[in-house]
Amino acid sequence: MTPLRTFDLTCPVPSALEETVQLAHGGGGRAMKRLLDTIVRPTFSDPELDRCHDGAVLEIDGPLAFTTDSYVVRPLFFPGGDIGSLAINGTVNDLAMCGARPLYLSVALILEEGLPLDTLRRIVVSMREAAVAAGVRLVTGDTKVVDHGKADGMFVNTAGVGRIVAPAPIGPSSLRPGDAVIASGDIGRHGIAVMAAREGLRFETAIESDCAALAGPVLALIERGVAVHCLRDLTRGGLASASVEIAESSRSAIVLDEAAIPVREDVAAACELLGLDPLHVASEGRFLAFVAAGDAERALEVLRDHPVSRGAVVVGRVEAGPAGRVFLRGLLGATRTVDMLSGEQLPRIC
Amino acid sequence: MCLAVPGRVLSVRGDDPLMRVGRVDFGGVVKEISLAFVPEACAGDHVLVHVGFAIAKIDEAEAARFFERLREIDELREQPGRRT
Amino acid sequence: MRFRDEYRDATAARRLADAISGLCTRPWTLMEVCGGQTHAIVRFGIDELLPPGLTLLHGPGCPVCVTPVEHIDKAIEIACRPNVTLCSFGDMLRVPGTKGDLLLARSQGADVRVVYSPLDAVAIAGATPSREVVFFAVGFETTAPTTALAVWQAKEAGLANFSMLVSHVLVPPAMHALLSAPGNRVQGFLAAGHVCTVMGFREYEAMAARYRVPIVVTGFEPLDILEGIHMCVAQLERGRAVVENQYSRSVRRDGNGPAQAIMRAVFRVIPRRWRGIGELADSGLGLAEAYGDFDAERRFGTVAGSEDVPGECIGALVLRGERKPPDCPAFATRCTPDRPLGVTMVSSEGACAAYHRYRGVRAPSPGARA
Repeated sequence: MTPLRTFDLTCPVPSALEETVQLAHGGGGRAMKRLLDTIVRPTFSDPELDRCHDGAVLEIDGPLAFTTDSYVVRPLFFPGGDIGSLAINGTVNDLAMCGARPLYLSVALILEEGLPLDTLRRIVVSMREAAVAAGVRLVTGDTKVVDHGKADGMFVNTAGVGRIVAPAPIGPSSLRPGDAVIASGDIGRHGIAVMAAREGLRFETAIESDCAALAGPVLALIERGVAVHCLRDLTRGGLASASVEIAESSRSAIVLDEAAIPVREDVAAACELLGLDPLHVASEGRFLAFVAAGDAERALEVLRDHPVSRGAVVVGRVEAGPAGRVFLRGLLGATRTVDMLSGEQLPRIC
Repeated sequence: MCLAVPGRVLSVRGDDPLMRVGRVDFGGVVKEISLAFVPEACAGDHVLVHVGFAIAKIDEAEAARFFERLREIDELREQPGRRT
Repeated sequence: MRFRDEYRDATAARRLADAISGLCTRPWTLMEVCGGQTHAIVRFGIDELLPPGLTLLHGPGCPVCVTPVEHIDKAIEIACRPNVTLCSFGDMLRVPGTKGDLLLARSQGADVRVVYSPLDAVAIAGATPSREVVFFAVGFETTAPTTALAVWQAKEAGLANFSMLVSHVLVPPAMHALLSAPGNRVQGFLAAGHVCTVMGFREYEAMAARYRVPIVVTGFEPLDILEGIHMCVAQLERGRAVVENQYSRSVRRDGNGPAQAIMRAVFRVIPRRWRGIGELADSGLGLAEAYGDFDAERRFGTVAGSEDVPGECIGALVLRGERKPPDCPAFATRCTPDRPLGVTMVSSEGACAAYHRYRGVRAPSPGARA
C-alpha cells in the first residue's frame, strides 16, 4: 500500500503510515493526542498524568527544592544510557544535591520531525525505568515538534521538586576549612562513553556511562546523621568545574590529591589517546560530598554500602584560602592550580 | 607538541605495506591504527601512536636499559668520597 | 598503562632530581624544544624539583603557536565557502586569526569538523563526493608523514574532492635560528623526542659541533625529561657538546625510514614564516609537484602575506625563550585562555596556556604558609 502523501507547507496532514514524528504530532490536535495516548501516557503510567489536566496538583509539606535542566546529548543512545535516563537522573541528582528527597518530575519533549517513533518509544521506556529506579513520579509534561534539522533528534527538559530532608542547609556557604572532599566513585566514564559513541572517533571500548540516580546514597548520609556541608554532582566540566564552582561560591580553597582521584585505567587511556584531562571529563552518576573532617570515615562507610558509590574515596580537603582557588597536589609532589576550561574540550594532537 | 601514546598491537590486517592496519590496545581502549610506518610490527609488539599512525615500534630492551641507567645513577651517587 | 605509568614514578623522579642537583657546580640554562615537553614540565612541576641555578627555557616547539596568522585566515576563508567541509585537528579551532577563529566560523554555519587522524578527512571526502573536503595540515615532522600518507591515499583512490592546506614546519631551522641569534642564552637542548622518532637525530650532530651545545633527544614523561636534563647537565659539567639519545626506546639515529620516504615523495622543503619568529629558509613543507592537484592553495587561492601585529602580546619572545609567561604584564589579567591576546595562550601546548592552566595567577601554595 502506497502511503498517502500530501504537500501542504502550512498544515501538514499526517500520513497514513506513521513511522516517524511529524509536525502534526506537536500541533495540539488528534495526532498529538494519539502520540500521548499510545506512547507517552501508557508508559509513564501515572495517575496524575492520566488526569490530562494542564498541571499536576500535588501536596507537599515543608521546604521544597526545585530544579530544572535541559538535555541535548548527541548521540541519543550511548553505552550505559540514553537521553531519557540522563534527563531523569540529572534532575533527580540536582534535587539530591540540595539535600532533598526527589518526588515529582515534569518532562518536556522537543522532537525533531522525522524522528523514528520507535526511538521515541525506547526513550520514553528508559525514562520510566529511571524514574522507577529513582523512586520519582512523572506527573506532567509537554510535547513540541520542530522542523527537520532543528533538534538533533530530540531535546528534553525535566524539572523536579523534592522535599528537603537535611537538618542543616547543604550548600557552599556551609563549607568549613578542614572539611574532607569525597568523590563517590571513579570519574570520566560518561564523557568518554559519549565520545566513543560519536562517529568520527571510532574507538572500541567497554566503557559505559556512569549515569545513575544518586538520591539513595545522599539520603543515607543524611539519615545516618553524617555532617554533610555541601554536595555537588559532577556533570559537564567534570571534577575540575565542580570544585572550582564550589570554591568560588564558598570563598574557600580546595586542595585535591592527584594520586587519590580515582580514574579507571581504560578511561585514563582514552583520555591519553584524545589528549584530554580526566579532571575535565563529564560523569553523570558521581558526586562530591564535603563533610566535616571528623565524619569522613563514617561518610565513606555509608557511601560504600550503596552500589552507585562503592568506590567512594577522600580526594582532598577544604582550606580557608586563597579564596576561590583549587589546587592539585601532583603525582611528583608539586602543586598546581586547577581551573575550568574556557570552552568545550577538543581532542588534540599536540 | 606531538602527542604520541604507547599501545599494544592485538592483530594486523592488510598486505600492502602502506595500507596495513592493526587493532591496538591502549589500556583497555582499542582503536584501529595505521601500521604503514612500522612494517616490522606484529601482534604482541608495543608501538607509539600519533594521530592514528604508529610512528615507532617500542624497543623493550632499550626501555629496560632506561631503568638500569637509573640504578647506575643512584649507585654513582652512593660511592664514598664522591661529591654529592 | 605500560610505557607511561612507570615513567611517572615519584620516588624515581626525586632520585633523578637529587642526582641533577649533585651534578651542578654552576648555573646552566637549557631549553626544551617541544611544547609537549613544556606542558609536561609545568603540569608535573618538574622545574620545581630542579636546583635553583638550573633554568629551563621554553622553546618554539608548538606548531599551533607558530602557524602564521595568514594560514589561519585562509583556513577560515575556505571553511566559509559553500559546499566545503574543512577538517582540522582540534588544537587549531581556537587559534585566533585576524578576525575570529575556526570555532567562530563553525558557529556561524561553516562546516568545520574535528578529526583525530588525517585519514578521517580522506574518509569524509570519499563519503561525500559532492563536497570539497579540505584538511588543514599543521604540525612538525612527527605529523607530516601522516598527512603525506593521507594525500597519497587520496591520489590512489582518485579522490577529486580532497585537498590539503599545508602548514607544516621543521624543527632544526628553528633551533639554528635560536642558536645563531645574538644574546642567545641556551647552553643545552632537550630535543623533541617524537620529531626525532620520525627524523632521527643525524641532522643535530653538525649543530652540536658548530654551536658547541649538547643536544639530548628527550621523551615526554617526567622521568624522560629528568633523565634528559641529567644527561645534558652531565655533558655541560664535563665540557662536552654532542648529541645523545635519552629516548632510545622510540628513537633511532636514522629515524623512521618508511615515514621519511613518504614525506620525500609527497612534500618539498620550502621557506616558511613562523609566527613570532619571522621567515626561516627551508623550514616548511609544501606539496611536491606530483601532488600539486591536492594543494588547497591551488584550488582556493594562495595564502596572502601578512604582518604580525602583536599589540601587547609578547608571545614571540616567549616562543624564543627570551621571556617567561609570568613576565608578561597582561598574563592572566588581560590575557587569559578565554580572551587570548596571542597564540601561546590559546594553544593547549603554548607556554602561556600551560602556565595559566597549571600555575594560575601566582599564589602561595596552600600549606606553604605553615
